Formats: sequence, structure tokens, C-alpha cells
Amino acid sequence: MNVLILSLITFLPLAGAIVVCMAQGEAEAVARNARYAALWTTLVTLFLALFMWARFDANASGFQFVEDFAWLGGNIRYRMGVDGISAPFIVLTAALMPLCILASWTSIRKRVKEYMIAFLVLETLLIGVFCALDLVVFYLFFEGSLIPMFFIIGIWGGARRIYATFKFFLYTFLGSVLMLVAIMVIYRQTGTTSIPALLQYVFSPEAQMWLWLAFFAAFMVKLPMWPVHTWLPDAHVEAPTAGSVILAGVLLKLGGYGLLRFSLPMFPVASEQFAMPVFVLSIIAILYTSLVALAQEDVKKLIAYSSVAHMGYVTMGIFSANAQGVQGALFQMLSHGWISAALFLCVGILYDRTHSREISAYGGVVERMPLFAFALMTFSLANVGLPGTSGFIGEILPIVGVFGVHAWVAALAAAGMILSAAYMLYLYRRVMFGGPVHETIKNLADMTPREMAVLLPLLLATIFFGIHPSPILDALAVSADQILLRYQEGIAVAAGAVQAGP
Amino acid sequence: MIPASPVGLSALESLSATSLLLLFPELLLSLAAMALLLFGAFRPEAMRLFHRLALVALLLAALTVLLPAWLGFGGVVLFGGAFVADDFSRYMKCLILLASVCAIFMSREYLARERLQRFEYPVLILLAALGMCLMVSANDLILLYLSLELQGLCLYVLAAFQRDSLRSSEAGLKYFVLGALSSGILLYGCSLLYGFGGSVNFAVLSQAAAAQPQHLGLVFGLVFVLAGLAFKVSAVPFHMWTPDVYEGAPTPVAAFFAGAAKLAAVALLLRFVIGGFFPMLAEWRQIVIALSVASMALGAFAAIGQHNIKRLMAYSAIGHVGYMLTALVAGSAAGLRAILFYLALYLVMNIGVFCAILAMRRQEQAVERIDDLSGLHERQPAMAFLLAILLFSLAGVPPLAGFFGKFQVFLAVVEAGLVPLAVIGVLASVVAAFYYLRIVKMMYFDPPAEVLQQPMARELFVLLALAGLVNLLFFIHPGALLAAAQWGAAALMPPVI
Repeated sequence: MNVLILSLITFLPLAGAIVVCMAQGEAEAVARNARYAALWTTLVTLFLALFMWARFDANASGFQFVEDFAWLGGNIRYRMGVDGISAPFIVLTAALMPLCILASWTSIRKRVKEYMIAFLVLETLLIGVFCALDLVVFYLFFEGSLIPMFFIIGIWGGARRIYATFKFFLYTFLGSVLMLVAIMVIYRQTGTTSIPALLQYVFSPEAQMWLWLAFFAAFMVKLPMWPVHTWLPDAHVEAPTAGSVILAGVLLKLGGYGLLRFSLPMFPVASEQFAMPVFVLSIIAILYTSLVALAQEDVKKLIAYSSVAHMGYVTMGIFSANAQGVQGALFQMLSHGWISAALFLCVGILYDRTHSREISAYGGVVERMPLFAFALMTFSLANVGLPGTSGFIGEILPIVGVFGVHAWVAALAAAGMILSAAYMLYLYRRVMFGGPVHETIKNLADMTPREMAVLLPLLLATIFFGIHPSPILDALAVSADQILLRYQEGIAVAAGAVQAGP
Repeated sequence: MIPASPVGLSALESLSATSLLLLFPELLLSLAAMALLLFGAFRPEAMRLFHRLALVALLLAALTVLLPAWLGFGGVVLFGGAFVADDFSRYMKCLILLASVCAIFMSREYLARERLQRFEYPVLILLAALGMCLMVSANDLILLYLSLELQGLCLYVLAAFQRDSLRSSEAGLKYFVLGALSSGILLYGCSLLYGFGGSVNFAVLSQAAAAQPQHLGLVFGLVFVLAGLAFKVSAVPFHMWTPDVYEGAPTPVAAFFAGAAKLAAVALLLRFVIGGFFPMLAEWRQIVIALSVASMALGAFAAIGQHNIKRLMAYSAIGHVGYMLTALVAGSAAGLRAILFYLALYLVMNIGVFCAILAMRRQEQAVERIDDLSGLHERQPAMAFLLAILLFSLAGVPPLAGFFGKFQVFLAVVEAGLVPLAVIGVLASVVAAFYYLRIVKMMYFDPPAEVLQQPMARELFVLLALAGLVNLLFFIHPGALLAAAQWGAAALMPPVI
């Protein structure tokens, strides 16, 4: 089994980036070659990721495809491996990347070569985050992803791109360095940074509290949670379409993934202690940002705020700490991964034609673009959480999970679903219906085959996993149970220690 | 009698073949400097030859520094305990000589363009390198002071090397006056230490310190010497000269200050506090904490307002010294290793950035404003890419080399149980990231400024590319440098008591 498939998946895009980097010659030819090279690299990566997924044994507990090499001296080693939690995210990342490349095929005209390099490097770093089984390796990839994203927003972004990219970089950097200190404290205390080993280690309740807070700072900013979410609307609005896709589709999930991978199983006592504040923050995120979304004039900003609201369900699900909650949070992350990606792609399709993100610049688009109207309708309803779409599963499971813990939290979260219906349908009405008042709308052409090819896989995933979610839920069930088991054991140990104590 | 040293150094009494071997790098450098000086009096126009000879001398010295290690010599003290040749000094001398080689490489084109082709330049670099090597090996207060002054005098002259330029002369004078002041403070501290400790030798002083770690006279002397050394490493509040001197001095000289001079000063500081006054850890630790926090904070905040890239690098240097000093606070073998590790990486980053600064020329004039890099990406993508890597690395963003340096430093701090200090450090590095990013922003996001003179001199580009690639690819095998730093650090750190 030791074929280093994870390293291969991780570093193949980097190799592609180096190949693209070598391209020389006429600008037009370089751009074309860069596009094709990037597309093929991401497709091969996707193929390898699917191969890994096929070989993945969903019933086995523990990590699979494990790699372990000496690296930084001492007990900090290059460790890779996946379980049911990380494997779906690797496939998601690998699947979204070719779509990003395709979505940028014609809309990116300047510095195409650099653009493709940035995306390929970003893919390496993102997949690496999910594969890493060592805290330092994890941090390396987690933090490294800031560099390509900094360039993607800063070079190919909109008018306020520099403000947005600095805000993005510094916010997330600030959050993560605290996690770095926590990693060092862990290393000092345990002498290892191996994630599987640390999952067996029991920290003292006081240590757990500080470590939990430091890790939470990083993941809270990344996720993002209210009140540190303000970088996200700016970054989304200014980022190019594919940048928004990858930001909403994968980067936000790093936060939720981190909470599940570290906070819950490693610091169970602190997780239990802080569950209530997290619920409060989640509910504020769900209700407040939904209301903010209702007031937006910019399509991308509206979807960005909706992302913050949807991440509220994720944190709520994770800290409800039961099977439905955790599985639901995972499912919600994956489902939001493709639904929000699709929504940003839809906005990109409109933007490429009209070069406006103002909602008021649209109206009556349905008459010119019926196919597009269908696609946007599906994704909007999926975002609302309509039964039959994957969004429904992703929202109902965390609510069911939290209902068992705090009924009123579940009630408030359910109210958030109504708000999400309000802002999405309001958006849909203003953009699609009402007759084409603007001159530009009257000349719109419907989706091209390339655009359809980009949206179709996402559409299929939304419907298919909405009706039949078990392939994903089955794959992550064992690992999710594993985490919960660790969580309950940790709390029991702490409770036992208190009873046995003085 | 020569006192036994805590690390188990063997002592050589008489001048023998062995001691010649151990002294060979220093002898070679001094002989080469004198020969070049003599030669220059007769043939001052043969600049290329001078540069080459100096390069050969430095490279040869670097090789012979390592020779005793291959032959299996551990730490040996010579001249009645004044001079020590151990693995720590070998590690540092290699880096210093490497930095000196780069200083000569980097200067060739600059001196030619600025019409500064005087043979004294390589001679002064050689003498400064000699002074630095002696600083690294200094094991008593006399050699500490003598070597410090030898390198100091060379640096004063080098700073004012562009003697027709007002800025350069000002830099030299400022450096000289402040340097003299700090030397005075240092010397006063040395006299106190000698008076109360009864010897100039670090090993004897160490015993005196161990016997009475809170002896008031020793503490006073220690404070004065630390203040003098803090001036040399440009730690806040003794940093005032740094921005002015970096800005005014000819750019290759500024690179030499930021590289070799900094290494030597840090090495001397380490030798003094770890090798000499480790028993007084509790005393000097407080001072070093204050120095490091102030340096990190000032380096981070003051650099934000800078428009001149050399000044910015000066504040960046202050900040980086702050990070290194935090590891010194740890007072552990891991901390020492982290500093040596960090120094090597910092040297590489600095050389690369200064190569890029040297390449900033327009219409036969050196330009130094950060704005002059605007839109560099469109004109010179390779240079912009390499410089961006170095800047991200200086900011400590993974997976670049600078991250590993910061990681080791703060790991040592955390292992010593000083978590708040580590938190201050990482927060300062976030602030510092802002100004490095600002330069990247200029290069990549802003519309192009006037075109820079193309192409870069070949040797500058080679150095820049090497530095950039080392930083970019460092993550593949960081263990090697760490092992080397461990080797160097093990020689200095006394066994845990």
C-alpha cells in the first residue's frame, strides 16, 4: 500500500506549476499552454484523488495511506495520512480545481501563466492541509495557502483588491500565529507533534483551555465566525471568480476541519466548556449575517454573508458533539463546498457578460438566459436548504444534532433557514425576474458549453447527494464516531480525575 | 595556569604546529591583508586582481576553519586562554567568511559604477573579517575589546567609503561617534568585571560568577558590557545608529553590516553571556528580555513608515535581532541552536535582498525608494519573484526558510516556559509581515514605475537566485542546517546543571 499516493496527489500540482513556470515564448502561446497544462494537471490530480477514494476503506478506523519520514529533526516528522474526515475534502479540492481553471479560461486575460501557477500551488497547499498528520506539517500547508491567495486576490481582483488582500492575509496570519504558539506548547509538553499520537494524549483541563483558545483563534478567523468574519465579504467581492470559488469551496473549510481534527478530540474538556459560547456565536452568525445579507446591494457580498451564516451551522454541529451534529457539520461543509462554489460561478457567468456585481444592474435575466436561470434556481434553493438538495441534509443534520443538546439553539438556527430563503429568493427575484430594464441585459447570451460543463458536475452533486447522501455519510461515519469516542473518553477521564482528586 | 573550562576545552601552552593550524584562518587573513596593502601601494589600478585575491584568501580561510574539525580537534584554547577555537567558532566563522565573500562579490559592479574602485576596499573587508573571526574566538575581555575595535575601525572607514558623498561621510562619522561611545561603556564594564572578578578570562570570570551570582560589582560590569554589545548587535534602545548608517553607507557595505558584522556581534554576545556569565543567567535574562521585546516591537512598528528600502532593512534587522535575543532568553542549548540556525538563514535572506537593492539603478543612479520597485513584476519577473520569496521568508510565512528560523526560536522560548514572550514575538511578526507585504504589493499589484536599469549584473543575479532558491526549497530538508547548528551550539553550551 506504500506507494506514497498522498504525497503524489499533494505535490503533483506543484510539479505542474513548475512546468507552467518553464513556459517561454510568445505571450499568446504561453497563455494557451499554461491553461492546458494547468487543466491537465488538475484533471490528473482529480483522477488520482478518485483512485485514492476508491481504495479508501471506509470501515477501517485510524489513518490510511500513512507516510512517515524524518524531516525537521527530533520528533517533528513528515507524516501524511487520511481518514474518513479528510479524504472527502481531498476529493472536493481536487474536483473544484479543474472547474476553477475552466471558469477562468477566458475571463483571465492578464498574466495567465502566473495565475495558473498560483492556482496549482494553492492546490498543493490545500490538499497538503488535509493530508498532514503532523501539526507542524499541517501548519506549514495551512499558513502557506495564504501566499498564493494573497496574489490571486491582489493581482486579479477588483477595484479594492489591495485593501481586501491585506485584510485577508493579516487577519488569518494573526489568528494562525497563536495556533503556532499552541503547537509549540504541545510539543514541549508531549514531545511530539504527531496527530495520531496526540489523539491518544490527555492534556490537563487547564492546558486544554489555553490550547483550545489558541487553536480556536486560528480556525475562527479562517471559518470565519462572527465577529471576525469581516475579511470574508471584502475578499470575496474583490477576488476573481475562481478565487471566490476556492475561497468559499475549500479555504473556509480548513477552519471547520481544524476544529474537528484538533479541538474536539484533543481538548474535549475545553470543547465542552466552550460549547455554549460557540453556540451563541454560531446563532449570531446565522441570524445576524443572514439579516446583513438581506441588505446587500452586491451579489457577491450577499453570497459571502450567506457563507458566514452557513458556517454557523458547521460550528453548531461540531460542538453539539453527537453523531448527527458532527456528521451533519461535515456534510454541510462538503455540500456548501460545491453549492457556494456553484453560486460564485453563476455570479462569474453574469459578471463576465455585464461587468457588474450590483444587483440593481440586473433584472429580467431569465428571459435571455433560461438555462442559466434554471441552474441558478437550483443552487439558490440548495443554498436555502430545500429538501431534495444536498443543502437540506447539511442543515437539518446539525439542527437535529444540536436539538438533542439545546432545543432553543436548534429553534433559532431553524429560524435562520427562513432568513436564508428570504435573502436568496429576494436576490433571485431582483436579478432574474421583472423584465429586462437595462440595455445590457437585453443582449445577454445564454451559457456557453464550457460554462455548462463547469456547472453540470456541481448540479449533479447537489441533487444526487441531496437524494442519496449515504455514500458520503457512510465514508465519514467511522471517523466521526472515532472523534466522538475520543471526546467522550476525554471528558470521562477528566470527570474521573475530579472525583478521584482531593 | 589556565583554568579548566566548563565545556572541557583542552589548552595548548606553547606555540606549536597544532596551534598554527588552529590559527591558520586568522593568520591567512592578516597576511593576505598586509600583502594586498603592500601590493596596492605599487599597483593601485589592478582592481580585478585585488578582488580575486581577497576572494581566494577568504575562501581559503573558510576551508581551513573547518580543517581542524575534520581532523578531530574539539575545543582548544590558545594564548593562555585568550583565544578559543571550538565548533561554535568554526560554525560562526564559516558564516562570517561566507558573508565577507558575498560582500566582495556584491561590491564589484557597484564600486565600478560609483567610481569607488580603490584597492583599500578588499583590504578593509579582509581586516574586518579578521576582526570578526577574532571576536568569535575571543575568550577574554582583552581580545574581546581588541577584536571589536579592529572590526569597528574597518567598518567606520567602510561606512564612509564614498567619501565625496555627504550621506556616506555622515554615516561613517555617526557610526564612529556612537561606536566610540559604546566602546567606552563596554570598556568601563570590562574594567568593573576585571576588578570584581579578578581576571579577564571568561572561564575564571565564569567561576567568579558561579561563586557569587548576585555580586553587585559583577552585575554592574555585566550591565555595562551588555549595553556595549547591544549597541553592536543594534538592539533597542541602542539601535539609533542603524537606520542612518544602513541608509548612508554604500549598499554593499550596508549588506556587510547586516550580514557579517551582525553575525560576529551576536557571536560575541553569545560567547560572553553563555560562555562567560552563564551562572548569572537570572541577572542578564531580564536585560535580554527587555532588549528583545523592545527590538521586536520597534523593528515591527518603526519600519511601517519607511520609504527608503535600506532604512526599512535596518529596522527589519533590528526586529530580527529581537527574535534572536528571545531565544537567548531561553538560556538553553535549544535556544542557542535556534540562534545559530536563525543567523544562517537570516544571512542568506539578507544577502539576497541586498543584491536586489544593488540592482535598483536608474539612469546610472542608485535608487532606494520602495516606490521604485513598483510594477517590477512586469519588467523583471525573475527578480520580482525572487525578491518576493525573500520578503515572505523574512516575514516568516511558511513554507519558506524564515518560518523555520522563527519556529526554532520560539520553540526554544516556549520550551523554556516563557510562553508570553513567544506570544509577543509572534504578534510582532504579524505586524512586521505588513511592511514586507507592502513591498510585495508594490512589485506585483502596482502599475509599473520607470523602468529599472537592465539587466542586473550577473553575479548579483546569481547570488539573488541562490538566496531565493535556498529560501524556497529549504522546506525539503531543513534537518541538515539544524544538525549543523546543533554541532556549533553544543560546543558553547555548558552541560545542564
